[in-house]
Amino acid sequence: MSGKTLYDKLWDSHVVREEDDGTSLIYIDRHLIHEVTSPQAFAGLKEAGRVPHRVGANLAVADHNVPTTDRSEGISDPVSRLQVTTLDQNCKEFGITEYDMNDPRQGIVHVIGPEQGATLPGMTIVCGDSHTTTHGAFGALSFGIGTSEVEHVLATQCLVSRKMRSMRITIEGELRTGVGAKDLILAIIGEIGTSGGTGYAIEFAGSVVRELSMEARMTLCNMTIEAGARCGIVAVDRSTIGYLKNRTYAPKGKEWIKAQELWSDYVSDKDAVFDQEIRLDGKTISPQVTWGTSPEMVIPIDGEIPDPQSQSDETRREGWARALEYMGLESGTPISEVKVDKVFIGSCTNGRIEDLRVAAQVARGHRVASNVSLAMVVPGSGLVKRQAEAEGLDAVFTRAGFEWREPGCSMCLAMNADRLEIGERCASTSNRNFEGRQGRGGRTHLVSPALAAAAAVAGHFIDPADLEDKS
Amino acid sequence: MEPFRTVKGIVLPIDRSNVDTDAIIPKQYLKSVARSGFGANLFDEWRYLDQGEPGQEHSNRSINPNFVLNEKRYTGAEVLLARKNFGCGSSREHAVWALHDYGVKVIIASSFADIFFNNCFKNGLLPLALPDDVIDTLFGAIKNEPGYMLEVDLESQSVVTPDGTQYSFDVESFKKYCLVNGLDEIDLTLQHKKEISEFEALHKRKMPWLFTDIS
Repeated sequence: MSGKTLYDKLWDSHVVREEDDGTSLIYIDRHLIHEVTSPQAFAGLKEAGRVPHRVGANLAVADHNVPTTDRSEGISDPVSRLQVTTLDQNCKEFGITEYDMNDPRQGIVHVIGPEQGATLPGMTIVCGDSHTTTHGAFGALSFGIGTSEVEHVLATQCLVSRKMRSMRITIEGELRTGVGAKDLILAIIGEIGTSGGTGYAIEFAGSVVRELSMEARMTLCNMTIEAGARCGIVAVDRSTIGYLKNRTYAPKGKEWIKAQELWSDYVSDKDAVFDQEIRLDGKTISPQVTWGTSPEMVIPIDGEIPDPQSQSDETRREGWARALEYMGLESGTPISEVKVDKVFIGSCTNGRIEDLRVAAQVARGHRVASNVSLAMVVPGSGLVKRQAEAEGLDAVFTRAGFEWREPGCSMCLAMNADRLEIGERCASTSNRNFEGRQGRGGRTHLVSPALAAAAAVAGHFIDPADLEDKS
Repeated sequence: MEPFRTVKGIVLPIDRSNVDTDAIIPKQYLKSVARSGFGANLFDEWRYLDQGEPGQEHSNRSINPNFVLNEKRYTGAEVLLARKNFGCGSSREHAVWALHDYGVKVIIASSFADIFFNNCFKNGLLPLALPDDVIDTLFGAIKNEPGYMLEVDLESQSVVTPDGTQYSFDVESFKKYCLVNGLDEIDLTLQHKKEISEFEALHKRKMPWLFTDIS
């Protein structure tokens, strides 16, 4: 018999019961909650006269609707305000810990989980948010769920699920200078497509992944959902353990020692067999920019906008043509000639301290180009913001003409006041370039923090290596 | 939840791949704390020419005549036909609520995104996958036949066209059982309360740190 994959181990250790057809009841260790996908779940819970099964398994935070500007006056949009106060009330009623809008620890749910050590190896972690994939960076089985499932987890601490197939994406070699985790995951999505991972749990492996910091691994796992997979995971190693040590909810003392021993087994066995294996050479990956309205529509920074006619499949050809029309682009244009109107640096994909350091390094000494009407930096959490300020990154950004904001999801999905207007083009470090994602008619290009900062100062897409060094 | 048995309904053809949940229901409507009332905003950005806002009166909005849903012949559609990777993107169940509120009961596509697929079953909607060539055939047939209807029978797992052609589809037996009987999954799970407690106790012994309360 072959060995177990990391996914097998995580799955097997959480099965409460299994039906004949493979449908299983799996135990959930951690439930993260935000204001958008939870109100109907709490309402359902109350309607049925139920209470949360294990209150202490839950951590809630308001992130999608919160303003990134001064919060002293609260939220001006009454609809957004109601959603946030509904979360506050629900958490209060059931005794669930919430980092409210004015808590210094408040931030994007996927940033604060790891930051607080509420995300640990070997856990099952769910949240009513597709980017729950992020937590897989810690050797945890984590995936997004809908609101009915949020209610199910609250009521039972379990979910009805079926085991997925397994895929391993191995990236060997090393990444070139200036190429990061965002470029890596965009290149992977470009390679396998947005439904390439559907039905799979993806494990990222290989020397490139082992060399990535925990924050970079989070970026990688975060966008696994854009490749269609509900969860992405990375094996536990010294980086994982180093990151977690002394975090608020991480084990301490003797438990810390015992936990480390157990965690060292959260790797795929050498003889484990995956349903699908994909191999990439790290050296071949360049900085990436999306050109269309799906994350798979991606090219290297030195590439040109592709021609739909090059596609043999008719549906794909039409999709590409529609994307070009929406994006206001023409085939054959070098992406480096495309000008941007706005720049957004932040989100659960790229709103952590390392992302801000990279962006600040590029922006240092430069000025935001005159054709860029807004370049904003939105830290992923209050603690990220505080750290950045301690390092003086806020000053680097503001001197260069960027706006330095309060933490939240912000213009990744434009549920608050931060959005694109019709026809505006944005270099964004977020995760989705769907039509209307950042505002109706808005045109999103997904890039790394380095490329976003470079686009802000050049006014168009550019390889940061081609910028004049002013640092 | 209403039990799902058979549906015979007009088919709305959305001839696109990768129809994402942002397109199905744009973000501004996710601010609602209710579970219904999303039907008028299904495909909002494709359906209307003006910018939609929550709570707005829909009767005076500017309709996009070029969007298929606005064509008279598809009024009252209960079956939606699309191409691969339908429902990709966010986990928002609001997408399913919007389809449900609009009156859609069955979605036929060549493939679905996982989270959306699961969400459908929790709301009495049946997402079913058919091969690409069958999807092609159906799109072609609809174009040429106003009032084109499909009959979907969950019990026998079949889709029947007006000319009597029958296509079978797969569905997981547990999901089918819940849908056919309109069962509440939470009730079903709570029947295993004892097993859950036993598992929990064992799990806690092995990894007590997983049970540190968030406080």
